[in-house]
Amino acid sequence: MIAAHLPVLVVLLPLFGGLLAALSRHNEAAFWIALVASIATLAAAAALAGQVMAGGPISYRIGGWDPALGIEYRIDAVSAPILLLVAAMGVAAIVYARRSVTVEIIPERVAWYYTMMLICLAGLLGMAASGDAFNIFVFLEISSLSTYTLIALGRDRRALLAAYQYLIVGTIGATFYVIGVGLLYLSTGTLNFGLIVERLPEITSPRALIAAEAFIVVGIALKLALFPLHAWLPNAYAYAPSSATALLASTATKVAVYLLARYLFAVFGIQRSVGPISVADALMALSLLAMFAASLAAIFQNDIKRLLAFSSVAQIGYITLGLAIANEAGVTGAFLHIMNHALMKGAAFMAIGAILISAGSSKLDELAGIGRTMPVAAGALTVAGLALIGVPGTSGFVSKWYLVLGAIEAGRLWLAILIVASSVLAVLYVGRILEVIWFREPAKRSLEAQAVPLSLLAPTLVLAALTIWFGLDAGFPVELASSAAKALLGVSKGALP
Amino acid sequence: MTLIDPLIALATRGVTIFLMVAGLYVVIARGNMVKKLVGLSLFQSSVYLLFILPGKIVGGTAPIIDPAFEVYAHPLPHVLILTAIVVGIGTLALGLALVVRIREAFGTIEEDEILAREDAVRVERDE
Repeated sequence: MIAAHLPVLVVLLPLFGGLLAALSRHNEAAFWIALVASIATLAAAAALAGQVMAGGPISYRIGGWDPALGIEYRIDAVSAPILLLVAAMGVAAIVYARRSVTVEIIPERVAWYYTMMLICLAGLLGMAASGDAFNIFVFLEISSLSTYTLIALGRDRRALLAAYQYLIVGTIGATFYVIGVGLLYLSTGTLNFGLIVERLPEITSPRALIAAEAFIVVGIALKLALFPLHAWLPNAYAYAPSSATALLASTATKVAVYLLARYLFAVFGIQRSVGPISVADALMALSLLAMFAASLAAIFQNDIKRLLAFSSVAQIGYITLGLAIANEAGVTGAFLHIMNHALMKGAAFMAIGAILISAGSSKLDELAGIGRTMPVAAGALTVAGLALIGVPGTSGFVSKWYLVLGAIEAGRLWLAILIVASSVLAVLYVGRILEVIWFREPAKRSLEAQAVPLSLLAPTLVLAALTIWFGLDAGFPVELASSAAKALLGVSKGALP
Repeated sequence: MTLIDPLIALATRGVTIFLMVAGLYVVIARGNMVKKLVGLSLFQSSVYLLFILPGKIVGGTAPIIDPAFEVYAHPLPHVLILTAIVVGIGTLALGLALVVRIREAFGTIEEDEILAREDAVRVERDE
């Protein structure tokens, strides 16, 4: 009975959990509500992933309406891993938040903070679960509005500015997306993904379609911080509360990438060209720029949170590069890196959050030798850093391996060389962190750092351990990613899943 | 009537495009944070028109089935835009709330003044 309603439950559980947490107005109660809701969501997402792997795509009709009239939720091999990832990172961030909010958030706002985390999760999961273009816009705005609030709750007053700037850019992005959806709706007369794909070949004038594609791709690119539309991201990540940064860095941009993949492969077709350049070529150029320019910018940051934020822009470049390569190995690499990067960046932001909480700073020059007083947090940061470079034995190596493989299979050796070359830049910015935290004489702040509680370190260590585990035994994530890639590429060849 | 209706349709189309471009321009060109939000709202309003306009059919009536009428307007765009309007209100309210907090924290809502002050603070700290 319940199993049939899982596709909608995975969205409703965090949504109603958020309402309950808001109504409770009690910090401790709000935490337990958030924890129970997010664990239930994770269970639902895991059950869905199991069903999809065993029995193929699931279609759920809201209110029993036919997809042509109502809203259809569609869970397939592409969206199931994203649901699983977002739900899992939600649990990790909420467990982490229990201790971090006591330092970072004013007590009266803690219950609201949990509310916003849950509603943000509901929005992100809704974006991945829904098969209706307009419904996705609504969920996009639900997750965005709660994200702005989460960022604004940071303790530095610049968090307000970062939230405002993100609000402006994010709303322009979402509005672009909805303009594109409007044009698609005008051309096809439906908002359902499956029906849009069916009716697209009947459209005689491609002009509205090109405009729709331009608006939708630019709108989503703003949300996923594709270079050069990433300007909002470094400040937002740097000033948001630690648990919010960990949640956003590992979920929000990833869901946007998923949406981009959906539109490019299933709806518009990635190899379609507008004028002399195809969409894939444009995406590849921007991805390469992101990998090099953002990594270069990361090298010159002093604040570790900002450094990791620039590194996120670069790593998103790897993911979109995988999509642009558009063969099975490349797209598998992209989906692997969606998952692996979420784990490693989650671990990195949680570790630096723990250091920020106990040493009071996230500046590189004030954290010399922090590894001697906080070996566990610094160790997790080190593991995450090595995975960002792509050192063998970490999950980052596996995803880059598939990207390089995809580039070579596509007959583009130069691309494979560029992927490896850009990793050298990652060696530089990660190397700077490692040199300062391990090999320098401890600074005053490092010596005064307090031990951090286990509840703060536990989720950090779990993510760091998964980063190593998926580096040594990548069977499970590779299976998820390759079935996602097969589903996407199958669709782009014209066969519906 | 047959002459006026297409004229109105043409004018509304013009208004849609004007609002879209003017709204986006205000967001980019103005440094005042409240004015930016006004621009953002104009930009969003243009999308409401973009969706609703094609749903209007010349001579069509409200979509209530009655033997006396044959041509109906398309109801779905109206429902979609009702949702979009709610989203727009939420965005505007949150944006204005942030501006209030920014004014409390920085003492101004001019973006360039805030950035100038932040730079001054940074220079002071470095010295």
